[in-house]
Amino acid sequence: MTTRTARESEIATLETPLRARRDLRSLATHQVFGPLLALVVAVIVFSLTTTTFFNSGNLALIAQQSVVVGTLALGQTLIILTSGIDLANGAIMVLGSVVIGKMAVSNDPVLAAVVGLLVCVALGAVNGALVSWLKLPPFIVTLGVMSVVMAAARLFTDSQSYPITSDFLTVLNEGPTIGGVTVTYGVMLWIGLTAVLGFALTQTSWGVRVYAIGDNARAAELAGIKVRRVLLSVYVVAGLVYALAAWQALGRTPTADPSGYMNGNLDSITAVVIGGTSLLGGRGGVVGTLIGALIVTVLQNGLTQAGIDSLYQQVATGVLVIVAVGVDHLARRRQAR
Amino acid sequence: MKIVRRAAGSAGLKVPALALVCAFAAVACGGNGAGDADGKPTIGIVALNLSNPFFGTLEKATENAAKEKGWKVMKAEAKTPGDSATQVTAIENMIANKVKAIVVTPASATALNGVLKRAEDQGILVLAVNAPLNPVSTADGTYATDNVAAGKLIGQWAKASAPADPRVAMLDFDLSDAPAADRHEGFLAGFGIAPSALAGSALTKGTEDTGQQEMENLLSAHSDINVVYTINEPTARGAHTAIKNKGLEGEVVLVSVDGACSGVQDVKDGVIGATAMQFPDKMGEKAVEAVAAFIADGTKPEGGVVDSGTELVTDHPVKGLASQTSEWGLEHCWGPK
Repeated sequence: MTTRTARESEIATLETPLRARRDLRSLATHQVFGPLLALVVAVIVFSLTTTTFFNSGNLALIAQQSVVVGTLALGQTLIILTSGIDLANGAIMVLGSVVIGKMAVSNDPVLAAVVGLLVCVALGAVNGALVSWLKLPPFIVTLGVMSVVMAAARLFTDSQSYPITSDFLTVLNEGPTIGGVTVTYGVMLWIGLTAVLGFALTQTSWGVRVYAIGDNARAAELAGIKVRRVLLSVYVVAGLVYALAAWQALGRTPTADPSGYMNGNLDSITAVVIGGTSLLGGRGGVVGTLIGALIVTVLQNGLTQAGIDSLYQQVATGVLVIVAVGVDHLARRRQAR
Repeated sequence: MKIVRRAAGSAGLKVPALALVCAFAAVACGGNGAGDADGKPTIGIVALNLSNPFFGTLEKATENAAKEKGWKVMKAEAKTPGDSATQVTAIENMIANKVKAIVVTPASATALNGVLKRAEDQGILVLAVNAPLNPVSTADGTYATDNVAAGKLIGQWAKASAPADPRVAMLDFDLSDAPAADRHEGFLAGFGIAPSALAGSALTKGTEDTGQQEMENLLSAHSDINVVYTINEPTARGAHTAIKNKGLEGEVVLVSVDGACSGVQDVKDGVIGATAMQFPDKMGEKAVEAVAAFIADGTKPEGGVVDSGTELVTDHPVKGLASQTSEWGLEHCWGPK
């Protein structure tokens, strides 16, 4: 046995239980179980209290209503797992969508979409570079970038909105009709993206590193993980996800509007937290986030249908956020003992 | 000995700091002095968030009219609807800069009362545009639209155009906002319907995406909705997308308020049945005329609210209700054409 293979097997013995534990954590028990329970309870309550909530058409609608914030929240999850936060994601998505919308007026829509995508990825890279190389706090970096990007979106459009007529740009709102219910490509993209990111987080070494950095960046660095490079990659991937969210938004509401999705950043953080991902980083996952986004939409949809003032929807969402953080806090304390 | 040295040290720091403050003060004073020296009066314009083209138009009309008179303009903007704190700070700065007049689009009916009283005590003319202050006498003059009348107009038109068995839904903006509440009340009065008889209502953020989402929720619960009031035209466009997606296009009477060019175009295209057009540019111009009279010989306006007018715009006029066509509307609308 050469030294090299000895080292490799040593790493393997170190990594295998670690990875197995991650699998358990992200897929089974409390991480996804709590949010799933909340979702099921909410669906049951609204199904019993209204006559119109529980039917295939309305449930498909809820999925469609969730895709934009749900997709944004997937990118947000990656960043929060590294114990960061992204306050700029809504603004980046809006800038991406208005770049696409305005360019598509006089250019090829595919070209417009590519430019919009590059804008989002570039802004993700800017966030990532400032956080990883200059080691600035993500909260501050993304707060600043949000401000700049919001203003840029308004300057670029002169606060005008642009109607979208291209079939390519609104294709995510289309889809096959199964049993009278349309399953849009947008919903498929959202679920597919969740699966891909979930796989990357739980089954690849990149995912293990992301969790390790979120747990303890210093320890990760000492363990030989190239923290800067991984952090940068996380923000770039998040930027790419925001670009897809922009595409989702153009499909759902066929207009590029600089004042749309004003609370995209906070809504996405809400979905992540309700989905059981810890704001302190290192635990949680994208499947929980998908469920979290659905919970928020179910509350909004169900309460409107029940004829209850929409302000109570904010109350319910707020309570859920606090409960989710409370559960995470208790879990961490138990683990620390 | 130590104490003396330390004191000396801190004085050594204080001196340049003080010099810096003095330098800033001198620059500020110098700027002001120069303003007086060339005899140009300065007026302050305090706007409500300009991401809404309505307020953008109002602000630009005021600024252009002021610049035509050769005045200097100081501008400030609330960050979000209801952001009075930023407006208070801006007005304080304007008082310090000795402006001749302040034209304010108040973010709140009462929050600015204290600081505006201070402005008037300094001999500054205070004018409110778009929404009156409470009490109205807080401003020397008010140029605004009667939003109750606007709501009534579209309520009456909707009543006359509605099917025999009307099922009415309302898509509002936060009703703590005075214009939103006035339009809401006006519509109920114009249609002659009690709030309890509504099929449903929901709060939007006055944007296309939130209008679409809430309309989807309402239609999911009450697919028989056939009359829809919307707080503004972007909300109406979002509602129309929801109605179209549900296959109900042409079966729902959709009304709105504002009269933006994009909204009037929607009236022409049959997306919106009727809208009540307002005239933000007139508000600004009238305010500047009042300032001119004040600067010329100290004349103050009469006080009270001067209505800048409302016109019903529709291509389907009804008996007994004066209205203008969308052609006329496109000539008189505000915002980007």
